[in-house]
Amino acid sequence: MTDVLPHPVDQVTVEHVHEDLHEEHHGPTGILKWMTSTDHKVIGMSYTVTSVIMMVIGGLFAEIIRAQLASPNAHLVSLAQYNELFTMHGSVMIYLFAGPFAFGALANIIVPLQIGAPDMAFPRLNALSYWLYLFGSLTMLSGFFTAGGAANFGWVAYAPLSNSLNTPGSGADLWIGGLLLTGFSAIFTGVNLCATIFYLRAPGMTMFRMPIFTWNLMVTAILILLAFPVLTAGLIMLYCDRHFGTHIFSVAGGGVPVLWQHIFWFWGHPEVYILALPFFGMVTEIIAVFSRKPVFGYKGMIFATLSIAALSLGVWAHHMYTTGVVLLPFFAIMSLLIAVPTGIKMFNWIGTMWRGEIWFSTAMLMAVGFLITFLIGGLTGIFLASPPLDFFTHDTYFVVAHFHSVVMALVLGAMGGLYYWGPKITGYMLNETYGKIQFWFLFIGTQVFTIPGYILGLDGMPRRIAMYPHDPQWQTLNQISTLGAILIGISTIVFVANIAYSWKKYPAGDNPWDAQTLEWFTTSPPPHHNYYRLPQIRSERPTWDYNHPGHTASPHGHHVEEESEQEVPVA
Amino acid sequence: MPNFGASPGATTTSKSVFHLWQGFSIAAIIVGGLTLLLIIYAAFRYRRKSENIPKQSQYHIPLEAFYTVVPILIVFGLFAATLIVENKETANPKTNVTINVLAFQWGWKFTYPGSNALVYGQTTQEPEMVMPVNTNVHINLRSSDVIHGFYVHAFNFSRYALPGVLNQFTFRAVNTGTYFGQCTQLCGLYHSLMWFRVKVVTPTQYQAWLASYDNPTAAAAAKSAGKATKQQVSSIVPSKTTSSKGDN
Repeated sequence: MTDVLPHPVDQVTVEHVHEDLHEEHHGPTGILKWMTSTDHKVIGMSYTVTSVIMMVIGGLFAEIIRAQLASPNAHLVSLAQYNELFTMHGSVMIYLFAGPFAFGALANIIVPLQIGAPDMAFPRLNALSYWLYLFGSLTMLSGFFTAGGAANFGWVAYAPLSNSLNTPGSGADLWIGGLLLTGFSAIFTGVNLCATIFYLRAPGMTMFRMPIFTWNLMVTAILILLAFPVLTAGLIMLYCDRHFGTHIFSVAGGGVPVLWQHIFWFWGHPEVYILALPFFGMVTEIIAVFSRKPVFGYKGMIFATLSIAALSLGVWAHHMYTTGVVLLPFFAIMSLLIAVPTGIKMFNWIGTMWRGEIWFSTAMLMAVGFLITFLIGGLTGIFLASPPLDFFTHDTYFVVAHFHSVVMALVLGAMGGLYYWGPKITGYMLNETYGKIQFWFLFIGTQVFTIPGYILGLDGMPRRIAMYPHDPQWQTLNQISTLGAILIGISTIVFVANIAYSWKKYPAGDNPWDAQTLEWFTTSPPPHHNYYRLPQIRSERPTWDYNHPGHTASPHGHHVEEESEQEVPVA
Repeated sequence: MPNFGASPGATTTSKSVFHLWQGFSIAAIIVGGLTLLLIIYAAFRYRRKSENIPKQSQYHIPLEAFYTVVPILIVFGLFAATLIVENKETANPKTNVTINVLAFQWGWKFTYPGSNALVYGQTTQEPEMVMPVNTNVHINLRSSDVIHGFYVHAFNFSRYALPGVLNQFTFRAVNTGTYFGQCTQLCGLYHSLMWFRVKVVTPTQYQAWLASYDNPTAAAAAKSAGKATKQQVSSIVPSKTTSSKGDN
């Protein structure tokens, strides 16, 4: 059903179009459409809405945590409730928001579009992924309605605190069960993304013509397949220890508690990049489009992504320096080396902006906000890679501030992604004024929230404490941090208000940003199987090449505007 | 040189750690500052001024090689500095002062092999680990239940107390004084209140303190200190905590 158009324009086969449009009107509508669809765009929207709701739930927990810490004396919630709150805040944000949003929501919608595929390779498996994710999320959250409360052993569930003696409640079991379900959902999405990207690329879409976002999702999917099964196995072991009398993690039965940390972080560190790489991809696309330039160092960017992924599998024990039972120099150099490809990415992003014509739409503001916030989070990560420096910052607010700089950068990237691709997905634009107000609340709030954390951590404030009556001098910085959390909360309200205000108000057109990659060639929203016609794909920017035939990317710094026209053969 | 927020350290190794911290901070400020300037410069300098399409340049191999090689060199420099300090910190020099530290939910027990001295306290009782100044003090750290974090802020050091594992390290304090310590690894309900103190005294005072435990009345007094626990906790934790649902 997709015709490859010779360049510049050929006639569209009109009957073909009408046939397809007609076909689309069949099938269920309304709620039944959402429940039965195997269309990647519909499933992707379900993922997007669900994961953004999870972000709001996790954010509410965060606001309670920050309100509690505004005073040294546990004035708001009890110690037990506090343990539940930070456990579920971390779990919801990592397992139920960041991951599913990264590889379930936008990836699901955009990756098939970017490579010119009609759908994901396994549409029914894709639907199964979503339902596993939804019910896994509900399972995990339902812990709050049990007698013992939700899981309260931290999002990392370290053994033996997570055994049945120390955490007897069923909230912990629901946490394990929920995580197993969402874990399987992730694995299936990983399979689906790999198969889609390997087998369903349009004619001409070679690997090195794939947009960076698709590249990053391919690497993410491979990391998912390597890392998530390990977590699944670990969770089953934990459950067996809790209920079937095995002694995998208990000293009394000859087991090893630290084994849990090895298993958990062997998943957990690749997971950091499983979360981060999709957002790196979003930001890359946004910066290129709004600078009106190709991605600077496109191939270098891909090799940087691949080396981040490779290194990420050998750094898990940097979360375990203070256990005293890991080989410090190996994990130190591996962790420090990750700074190199990450630095390459940072300079490539700057290089993409360099000598561009930067249009500061909300999406671009979010991307630049990402760069600055991620710079802070990345640099503080280098400190933590050094074992002696980790010894005195480990489990303090320095670490909390470090990874919140990173994840808040990802949230900025996610918001950029929603503003950038929202028009393609829905057919309507979001209001830019609301968007810019949202950006400033989010960006300033993030810095006000994280920077006091670094100072508190260096002054010795441990993480996961519900009160600090011994050190009331920490109160002022904690209150500043709480103010930052409130600003971030306001930004979320502005975002929701923007959606309500802009609802079906500003039709987008096919390519409102003069964007570059293939997905902007089809209609907004795309038809049932995405494309009626495709342009020639001769680079990673087929839509740009089609719209600006005289401005193809010049290799190696040379300007070759004149000769570039007719030479590249169609693959 | 500024301390960049960190503690200058009260032991020999913590001073080395502090200097490593300063070195990393300077490197981070230079690299981060330059990068931030580049971001801000690009953002302001190249704002859209026309509808013209800018030059579509995509590669600049020398530049890309530059920002690949330079970070590698920086990373190996940081790694070398890390190794030097790390080896100092993980060395276990010979010593005849040993303290056994046992972490438990939710308190600490300090015993002194070859002596009757024993200090025990839960949560906010802040049991005191007494140690001599200018002496290598060998610590044997264990846990009797879950994982705890033995963290002394002034010593720029923390180490997990792991069930089933003996963790060993050495402190050499350079000044007398009392330093606050706290559990840093989530260990259950009263994690926030698992406090202790490290009291560094002169070797003479240390010997006198050890000898005081050979006197049976002093030993009895030390044991009775452990019985005041419940009052201590309830005086500082709001009453709603002790009756909450997570207590089971």
